[in-house]
Amino acid sequence: MGTTLDPGLLARIGSSSPPQTEVVTRRDIRKYAIATGQRLRKYLDGDEAPPTFHVALFWPVVPLDELSPDGVAFDRLFPEVAGKRPLAGGLKLEFHRPIRPGDVLTSTRTLTDIYEKQGSSGPLIFIEVVMEVVNASREPVLTEKTTRILK
Amino acid sequence: MNALRRIDSLREGDELPVREFRPDEIQLFLYNAALWNAHRIHFDHPYATRVEGHPGLVIAGPLLGDWLTQCAVEWLGESGRLISFEYSNRRLSYIGEILRSTGRVLSIDHDKSEAVLSLAILNQAGEVTTPGTAVVRLERA
Repeated sequence: MGTTLDPGLLARIGSSSPPQTEVVTRRDIRKYAIATGQRLRKYLDGDEAPPTFHVALFWPVVPLDELSPDGVAFDRLFPEVAGKRPLAGGLKLEFHRPIRPGDVLTSTRTLTDIYEKQGSSGPLIFIEVVMEVVNASREPVLTEKTTRILK
Repeated sequence: MNALRRIDSLREGDELPVREFRPDEIQLFLYNAALWNAHRIHFDHPYATRVEGHPGLVIAGPLLGDWLTQCAVEWLGESGRLISFEYSNRRLSYIGEILRSTGRVLSIDHDKSEAVLSLAILNQAGEVTTPGTAVVRLERA
């Protein structure tokens, strides 16, 4: 297991993105709630954020010239591997505290693991990135683990 | 609002309400605008079809994940809270498709007062596009 993975690639394990701090506003919660078709009043009124609101809150905001021609921001944390293309991955969330207007939240993303598995049509590389979100008192709010699969 | 659910009244196999989704271009635009997501496959039809070879505008994967959480939290109401949630996007969906969310109680842990829910988004062909699971904690009796 893992013997074909490049040491330079494995050395990326443990690298982090700079922390990102954002202020939660009622307006942003309401926009997200309406766009996702929420039906619970607390979300539509913006009293509390829906469970996956952090996807919008921490989406990268980068200058236009840092977007690729297909409109995507290059993610420096996920390494590219020559000859491999990304497949759909998965997402796991743990909810520690509700998110409400006025919260000041900070997220830190860390590349936590890179490993290889044999797929039916060749080796697959799994890359895991964990995002920890804390509030202004440094209390945990949410943990997100993204797994990206390269084929 | 639903009546309060208690852990002791749940049974494995209990079905969550099915919800139908008919996402259109306006909803997809507003969703990606709320994110600040400029990925062209979600709004540029000529690009999505001619350059990337999709049959239409691609419904954003995280939107489908969000719908799974709605399936869980609407069923839960004020009875408890979402502890954890996971999903994966297995198959693409396009504007024009009619999708539905389903869920059922997979297992119950009375000691922790928690239940595991099996969730899925299905397309019109009945294929699971987005499977997921959620752990919820409910009030005791």
